[in-house]
Amino acid sequence: MSDLPLIQADRAVPPPAATTTSTGGRGRRLRLLSRTDRVVITLMVLVPLLLVVGLVWLPALATVALSGTDWDGIGPVSEIDWVGGRNYADVIDIYPPFVPAVQNNLLWLAALFAVATPFGMFLAVLLDKELRGTRFYQTALYLPVVLSLALIGFVWQLLYSRDQGLLNAVLGTDVDWYGDPNVNIWAVLVAAGWRHVGYIMLLYLAGLKGVDPSLREAAAVDGASETSTFFRVVFPVMRPINIIVLVVTVIESLRAFDLVWVINKGRNGLELLSALVTQNVVGEASRIGFGSALATIMLVVSLVFITIYLATVMREGRR
Amino acid sequence: MSTTTLTREPADTAPAPSRRPLRPARVVLHVFLAAVAIGWLFPIFWAVLTSLRSYEYTATNGYVSLGGWTFDNYVTAWQTAEFGKHFLNSAYITVPAVLVTLFLASCVAFVIARFSWKTNIVLLGLFTAANLLPQQALLIPLFRLFTQVPLPAFMSDSELLYDSYWGLILVNVAFQCGFCVFVLSNYMKALPRDLYEAAMVDGASVWRQYWQVTMPLCRPALAALATLEVTWIYNEFFWATVLMRTGDKFPVTSSLNNLRGEFFTDNNLVSAGSVLVAIPTLVVFFLLQKQFVRGLTLGASKG
Repeated sequence: MSDLPLIQADRAVPPPAATTTSTGGRGRRLRLLSRTDRVVITLMVLVPLLLVVGLVWLPALATVALSGTDWDGIGPVSEIDWVGGRNYADVIDIYPPFVPAVQNNLLWLAALFAVATPFGMFLAVLLDKELRGTRFYQTALYLPVVLSLALIGFVWQLLYSRDQGLLNAVLGTDVDWYGDPNVNIWAVLVAAGWRHVGYIMLLYLAGLKGVDPSLREAAAVDGASETSTFFRVVFPVMRPINIIVLVVTVIESLRAFDLVWVINKGRNGLELLSALVTQNVVGEASRIGFGSALATIMLVVSLVFITIYLATVMREGRR
Repeated sequence: MSTTTLTREPADTAPAPSRRPLRPARVVLHVFLAAVAIGWLFPIFWAVLTSLRSYEYTATNGYVSLGGWTFDNYVTAWQTAEFGKHFLNSAYITVPAVLVTLFLASCVAFVIARFSWKTNIVLLGLFTAANLLPQQALLIPLFRLFTQVPLPAFMSDSELLYDSYWGLILVNVAFQCGFCVFVLSNYMKALPRDLYEAAMVDGASVWRQYWQVTMPLCRPALAALATLEVTWIYNEFFWATVLMRTGDKFPVTSSLNNLRGEFFTDNNLVSAGSVLVAIPTLVVFFLLQKQFVRGLTLGASKG
């Protein structure tokens, strides 16, 4: 899955007041449950929980554990030796693609964060006005959001291809946009940004709809220009959605995979952490401990931001 | 696109929205938005255009030309790449995965929303966070696990969870549950509590409260989530790429990658293939746009 969930959109607006009754009745309600009810409730939680723990959380923990071993993925588990931090040292010292991958992931983040995200927000602000044809504009902008990133790689190939691409034909150049390691990461970023802009626009459109109109009216009465109203009033009020967009952007940059994998499996200028992990597992050389160390690095970075994310949405949810 | 020169203008449109038609700022705004929108649609438009032209024509006249219209690329792409089969594979994975995801997620969401237990927040966090982890971080153990778990031959000819539809369905469900739990539990929390009181007075069991009281009221949320999940699971690329081996069993999104070799020198075929793969999501997009957007704004729009 190339997508981050668009959870944030719901949180753009304070949720409708939950009509949860006061805590007083809790114990009583529990006692009112029959035995069948308790079995049913247990199953309702347990089955999905087992699935998520078994297929997501335990593998995540196993990745961390494996990153400290020298397992080759074939030998019996009893022969696994603990090597401590050696895999991590190797990743940094003797694995040439690691540094470019980190650089590319950071570049990806920077490009989405500094260009695509503000542009998406800007478009959302424009489209939030009562405009004729806003529906057409919105549709056009978020059309790429429904396409998979793998497919986007193919669609842009039609523009980027050296011999048959539109770009070279129009510019009269002879650049292999996907192949040349000096330019291909930028070409890919344009395609990734193409999708990201629509996505961010959607999030902010939902966020802007949730901003109390009286705030803007008050600012207008005070004679504030629209620009300063946005930056001084509207933008700060959208703090939760801003944090969420930040987290989404970080996680999306970390998870970026499909696009480079369809182009060249993440080599030759398109190294990304996600692609390196995959190469080490399904590629010719199966280096489990090594790949796990790379995966653990991704995991740790993502968990930091997931925590920020959860803290934000849960705090909002409790309000 | 000359965005930089135009971007400053729209800021001036704020006061007096009543005199809309003649304001030059409005015109600039429209020109700008139209330019961006057309620019945004262009890659898709170009793919469609290329797919409708013959390779021979574009090879001699270049792509910046007009002519050579044909529908053959679609026919060839469909046959060479066996799209029929791959679309079916996608359906085998997407339909059960979406149904199971919605069912399991609504169960958990119901418990979280219906009862106010302290563990609910942990549960919610556990599910939501699972949806946000980078898939690659779980790849190694999951890959090993899937190659170890046997399946009876009638379930998968690989006789393993690896290279089987079952495995892909499971992994998609596990990953997508979190998002649905999150959205549904918020939706359910906003339902009036009196409903349950009334149901309990009638002696309705927890299961009946879930199935006959809560679920019917969640139909809008479920419809929106179903739309989103169909799109996402259909678009899923990573798991199918790494957990499948047999080319014939790939869902359509990941089969694209295998097709490129065959189409290597023929962009017109590639574009026809891309358009074919995009069609289901575009159909969803145009027919169910409301559901799609609603899925994104759930909780914001309901009263």
